[in-house]
Amino acid sequence: MENWSLVSICVLFGLTARWAVSLNSYSGAGKPPMFGDYEAQRHWQEVTYNLPVHEWYFNTTDNNLNYWGLDYPPLTAYHSLLCAHVAKLINPDWVELHASRGHESYGHKLFMRATVLVADLLIYIPAVVLYSFYLSEGSNKKKVCTVLCILLYPGLILIDYGHFQYNSISLGLALWGVVVLGLGWDVLGSLAFVLSLNYKQMELYHSLPFFCYLLGKCFKQGLAGRGLFLLVKIAVTVLVTFALCWLPFLSDPGQILQVVHRLFPVGRGLFEDKVANTWCSLNVLIKIKTILSTDTQLYFSLTTTLLAILPSSIKLLMKPTLWQFKLALVNSSLAFFLFSFQVHEKSILLPALPVCLLLNDLPLPAIWFLQASTFSMLPLFLKDGLLVPYVVTSLAFLFFSIYLLSAFEHCSEDKLRLGPYRRLLICMPRMDLGRVTKWKFYFSITAMAGLSFMSVSLAPPDQLPDLFPLLVSVFSYLHFLGLLLYFNIVQIAEPPQSVRKNQKKSN
Amino acid sequence: LASVSLITALAVHCVVLLTMTVFSGYFSHSTDFEVHRNWLAITHSLPVSKWYHENTSEWTLDYPPLFAWFEYSLSHVAQHFDKEMLVVQNLIYTSPATILFQRLSVIVTDIVFIYAVKECCRSVREEKGSKDLLGHPFFILAALLLWNFGLLIVDHIHFQYNGFLFGILLLSVARHLQGRHLEGALLFTVLLNLKHIYLYIAPAYGIFLLRSYCFTKDNTDGSVRWSSFSPVRLVALGSIVISVGALSFGPFIAMGQLPQVLSRLFPFKRGLCHAYWAPNVWALYNMVDKALSVLGVRLKLLDVAKLPKASMTGGLVQEFQHSILPSVSPSITLICTLLSIMPAVLSIWCRPRGARGFLRCLVICALGSFMFGWHVHEKAILMAILPFSILAVESREDAGIFLMLTTTGHYSLFPLLFTAAELPIKVLLMLLFTLYSFTSLKKLFRGSLLNPLETTYLLGLVAVEILCEVVYPLSPWQHTLPFVPLLVTSVYCSLGVSYSFIRLYVSLLRQHGTDKHKQL
Repeated sequence: MENWSLVSICVLFGLTARWAVSLNSYSGAGKPPMFGDYEAQRHWQEVTYNLPVHEWYFNTTDNNLNYWGLDYPPLTAYHSLLCAHVAKLINPDWVELHASRGHESYGHKLFMRATVLVADLLIYIPAVVLYSFYLSEGSNKKKVCTVLCILLYPGLILIDYGHFQYNSISLGLALWGVVVLGLGWDVLGSLAFVLSLNYKQMELYHSLPFFCYLLGKCFKQGLAGRGLFLLVKIAVTVLVTFALCWLPFLSDPGQILQVVHRLFPVGRGLFEDKVANTWCSLNVLIKIKTILSTDTQLYFSLTTTLLAILPSSIKLLMKPTLWQFKLALVNSSLAFFLFSFQVHEKSILLPALPVCLLLNDLPLPAIWFLQASTFSMLPLFLKDGLLVPYVVTSLAFLFFSIYLLSAFEHCSEDKLRLGPYRRLLICMPRMDLGRVTKWKFYFSITAMAGLSFMSVSLAPPDQLPDLFPLLVSVFSYLHFLGLLLYFNIVQIAEPPQSVRKNQKKSN
Repeated sequence: LASVSLITALAVHCVVLLTMTVFSGYFSHSTDFEVHRNWLAITHSLPVSKWYHENTSEWTLDYPPLFAWFEYSLSHVAQHFDKEMLVVQNLIYTSPATILFQRLSVIVTDIVFIYAVKECCRSVREEKGSKDLLGHPFFILAALLLWNFGLLIVDHIHFQYNGFLFGILLLSVARHLQGRHLEGALLFTVLLNLKHIYLYIAPAYGIFLLRSYCFTKDNTDGSVRWSSFSPVRLVALGSIVISVGALSFGPFIAMGQLPQVLSRLFPFKRGLCHAYWAPNVWALYNMVDKALSVLGVRLKLLDVAKLPKASMTGGLVQEFQHSILPSVSPSITLICTLLSIMPAVLSIWCRPRGARGFLRCLVICALGSFMFGWHVHEKAILMAILPFSILAVESREDAGIFLMLTTTGHYSLFPLLFTAAELPIKVLLMLLFTLYSFTSLKKLFRGSLLNPLETTYLLGLVAVEILCEVVYPLSPWQHTLPFVPLLVTSVYCSLGVSYSFIRLYVSLLRQHGTDKHKQL
């Protein structure tokens, strides 16, 4: 069968899964007075449509910032404005100032879900298809399988189409950046990434690898000659794009400061709720949140984050190849997730995106990570009433990815690049590390299933009401930490053989 | 063939998992959902003697006794989910546990269908060995059956147990293809006692078994050799039919309830067409009648006051009254149906072409009864589409007809799902299946299967869909003439289905002709 039809079938299948999930409940459905992220997005449409630009980020009589005030960068605001214009055409009640607060109806839900689907279809899905076809290796069939597996990643589907957010836009733009950089158009790539950064500030997690990759490339071309020219071109692109995105706010420094203040709310503390990162997990043993002052927490987390991303960034700077770039994206964003300040459980989607790109190269670790990341958001899904979609999409993803990418056949020590462990731990008993990994994978999946089942069916003991969410986040944290080490070692140890082969060919 | 089972399993997983998600989200309840819940309640809480008398709900038990027993056995599992659903008085009872149980029961009984598909795939003729897996006829057949759009939406979104029933039908067909005729006959008899709509294809079974099983030899010109009649085989067949029938209807005959049961099974009180006209000859007939009456009123040949009211205001009432053309009675539809399948049945009597000839005859019977039957549901088109898939992967001409028939037939199922939230789901699933069937069959037979006119007609379906579900609801006529989209859909589709029916007949008669030619 021709490729285009297979790809279309995969895309259609992905879309069907997305729409099926979107028939479910969303965050804060029927829960006044604050509702949830769905209401936040609707509220932003209302605010951006009815108020002048300079009031968007300010607390005014018409704009109560304590009720889902706008705290994303300007592109999000423009997107809300665009959606609001469409909403106004369909039903003016949906974006009426004040009167529409907490509006919920069947028609409105359909409209909101449709906006997510349209954005996904325009930005994220084409990027996935392009990536799989131009930047991943293997036969055409393998590429098609990669498309399907990336599109079926449950975390993104459940958050965007269940919980309700527009991650497919920010992640999609970042992916466009990777694709375009991979194809060799550095200027366009940086443009795409700046757009993504201006859609959601969380994309900062990805910014260092982008920076190091481009800088490394400039170094390679020689900072005296062509490299400098490239650097200037990229710098100008970045600055101009930024300026264009922030144009309405540039007139007044107060505006800029206020927006920046809204984007980075330092006062909200080291972490909220239960997050599968270092601080929340450490909090079980030591109550850091109470021992340290907010400032100390901030510096402490900043230092650890920088330390954690340093090795991968330096390696990337020295060796700016696509393979290194992908791994550095994983390592940097995962380090940010684990160590930085004010992390949300949904931020795990940021490391998940580059891990999706590794599905073809390192199937088993990638699948393992993606499943763990979905699992880490279980408490959120339960709160939103997304249990059945969570179970179904997870099972479908595991089944498809393991079967189509033949994950278990690609887990010899060589394929998993476990060699360095032997060198690091000389005293380790002789055994097949590939098989050990496989068994660990089985065990971990079983444990996830068990914990999911327990969270749903058992009542926690009275003195420990948060027992299950905490168990879920600590268990996921262990996975993330282990995989962070693993991906770092893979990145630093050696380039994959296939890359070397390609280089030989090109020579 | 290990790969077959593997791939089959794969396809199944997609279907089952996907559908599970669909339902978790929105618990829309079709009437069929309530129908089957009511039957669970009736069979569980009432003695057998009351089953066919109970009428608390308007959805009385109108399937044959074996299906009632099937519901009875399901109800024993159901009581562990929610006992309340088994109370006859709890009309339109839809607790989450009830929904979960009902949906799961469809998914679990689908196993029969999956097994039948596997058996059908085993009986498909393979041409060349070393092709890639996706290009093998057996794989394409498995995908065409398991991913069948119609079955998917009728069973898992609308709600019925067709997967289970068609599983038995396909298994019986597979047994005939494999030469295990007694098993095939047994399965079909069981099927008839589960749902009597399959009576429509019984002529194909009856004649085929009589001709090709009870007569063991042919004359050299292919005609029947009367001396080769085997009474033992006839007795074997007869005993199968009678014993299954006795098992199913026996208790009711013993209780003297046979007339009551039969009156439930064959309710001729309903109208010629279902609320939404199935795309068959009668839809065209109604349309012509309507057009003539409108024309007549315009030309002042007819008096508006004298016309039957319903014909001018709606069309979506159960009883459609014809204003110009003569009304159609059940007996006329019966005669038309019999006439339409007669040539096919005669053909397998005179020139039997093995199990494949029988299969073609079966498809024609199913389609003929769909075209001319009384009160046909749009869902009945599946009875032709599913068995026809087997022929479609074996011959180029059949593949072309199959594409026409399935695409139109499936599109005609769209009105089953009518809410805005379901629109993307049905469009996406339909595109998925249609795209797959077109590209895979085209690849299999290396070249285009449809002529430009047919392609244009099928592309017209896209226009009809956009017109009916996007443009029309926004127009002012939506309030004054709400039935127009359904009317357009069923008339447009009936053209395609009629065309496929005629082409199917032509292919049969042509084979008949070439057979004769060879002998000369």
